[in-house]
Amino acid sequence: MKKTILNLAIILSATLLISSCGNGKESGETTTSDSTKISGDIKIDGSSTVYPITEAVAEDFKASFPDVKVTVGLSGTGGGFKKFGRGEIDINDASRSIKSTEDSLCKANNIGHIELKVAFDGLAVVINPGNTWCNDITVAELKKIWEPEAQGKIKTWNQIRPEWPKEEIHLFGAGVESGTYDYFTEAIVGKSHSSRGDYTASEDDNVLVQGISTDKLALGFFGIAYFEANKDKLKVIPVDDLKDDNGKGPILPSIETVKNKTYTPLGRPLFIYVNSTAAAKKEVQTFVDFYLTNGGALSQEVGYIAMTDEEYKAEKLKFDEFVKSLAK
Amino acid sequence: MNSSKINRIKDNAFKYFGIACTVFGLAMLAIFLGNIIIEGIARIDWAFITNFPSRNPDKAGILPALVGTLWIMGLTAVIAIPLGIAAGIYLEEYGKKSKLATLLEINISNLAGVPSIIYGLLGLEIFGRIMGMGGSLLAGASTLSLLILPIIIVSTREALKAVPSSIKEASFAMGASKWQTVWHQLLPASFGGVITGIILALSRAVGETAPLIVIGALAYVPFVPASPTDEFSVLPIQIFNWISRPQKGFAINAASAIIILLMVTFIMNGIAMYLRNRWQKKVKW
Repeated sequence: MKKTILNLAIILSATLLISSCGNGKESGETTTSDSTKISGDIKIDGSSTVYPITEAVAEDFKASFPDVKVTVGLSGTGGGFKKFGRGEIDINDASRSIKSTEDSLCKANNIGHIELKVAFDGLAVVINPGNTWCNDITVAELKKIWEPEAQGKIKTWNQIRPEWPKEEIHLFGAGVESGTYDYFTEAIVGKSHSSRGDYTASEDDNVLVQGISTDKLALGFFGIAYFEANKDKLKVIPVDDLKDDNGKGPILPSIETVKNKTYTPLGRPLFIYVNSTAAAKKEVQTFVDFYLTNGGALSQEVGYIAMTDEEYKAEKLKFDEFVKSLAK
Repeated sequence: MNSSKINRIKDNAFKYFGIACTVFGLAMLAIFLGNIIIEGIARIDWAFITNFPSRNPDKAGILPALVGTLWIMGLTAVIAIPLGIAAGIYLEEYGKKSKLATLLEINISNLAGVPSIIYGLLGLEIFGRIMGMGGSLLAGASTLSLLILPIIIVSTREALKAVPSSIKEASFAMGASKWQTVWHQLLPASFGGVITGIILALSRAVGETAPLIVIGALAYVPFVPASPTDEFSVLPIQIFNWISRPQKGFAINAASAIIILLMVTFIMNGIAMYLRNRWQKKVKW
């Protein structure tokens, strides 16, 4: 019995090795034959959330393809889509899907595009470590706190759960221009870009970290990387979506739970949008391929959560099909 | 208590109030500078200045942003200074006192108070899109020039006003034309005031982030801009980008970049002060 397992393991690892070698050779070949030839500019703009991943990819890409000038801006998801829709940039970093108004701008200017998932981010719901009463929260309760109707009404913790103390609740969250705000409101309130307005808003998550870490009555949300970097000053609370089919009970955000999609609805995908005219160019194809090959490891390195290998393969396939459809 | 005693007490009280206000401002500045220097000074080395941005805070550098800032400063100065001084001279010396002139005057003063992001939107539309400059250094410098023009115009006019009218009248009495009076008497005499305005204006331009982000200045630029049509990044954008990252290493980088930015501003102010002092010695009547 032991032997069979061992054999199986050897065969399995051998196949893996061969297949990975095959992959390596393939991409290796394209690198050596093309890296000297490929040149051009690739203009990227958009979400400041996705920016660190794209910056990391561009940095490594430059080492392999020094003649391709990749520039990255951070106008925000919305600001980036405005430029994308006018054909001013090749790729837009996005922390949410394209809106219909943005899509119609693209259509009006004859710009085709493809959405590619590049990584995951978890939005952590955090409180001050001095808060002893709140140990978990449900999506319904979060909705009660954040929906527009709560403005001026939901002011104390005991209004959310009667056993919590009758003390003020102080809210912190992303600024309304950010994709993070759009995503959070969509996931919690049910309608994108709609929430109460009487909370401390900042586009800079470090400001929110600062605020929550010094205020015992605070509750806020931001990307998991900001929690990880400030673990000693904050407390993250598990969120219960009240649905049992994707993980029962309150769930903490972690690499695991975001990756296997049990941390819903606050685990979110991050995207890049590629302009179809740009996608027809060799340098952009090479870059996108490079992104989907190395983006997983690099996104972990800068504080995000990689997708599974199959998911990256699927995105690559999707992009290849898209490029093929352009050639026709 | 007689009234002179009360007045003296009031006088003293105001003096101490004034001292307290001054100390408050200076103390805040000292705390800020001390904080930044403690955090950032150790990180500054040659590699920090000559490296490109990176995901690894220890390897990241500011080269493209620093060069971009120097480009922006130079181009903005070249565009804004002649325009600003010429407009100031026109409004002060040539412009007829009419309703239109008053309207212009009010508007120029108002322009100095317009939020900088509005200039960014204007620059994006006019320079970036209509004139086709895109997100180039030239578009950025033109936008910042608009932003600081009102400051230069207003300070030029103030400086011209401060020249004693006896000088002007004497010049006219000697048969000098208006242009000769402006060029040989008024401008040299007001140079100190004009250059102070220019320093203030350029220092403001160097620190701007919002309008440049709007016109499309970038955060990751893997090359050093070599001509005015190149895309660019500037130090404030690099600082803003680093300060909003979660990792502590980037916060230290931001502090170091702030020190470099302050040094750039100090050097610039130093040059201007040197010019002003030299010039003032030359002006003799």
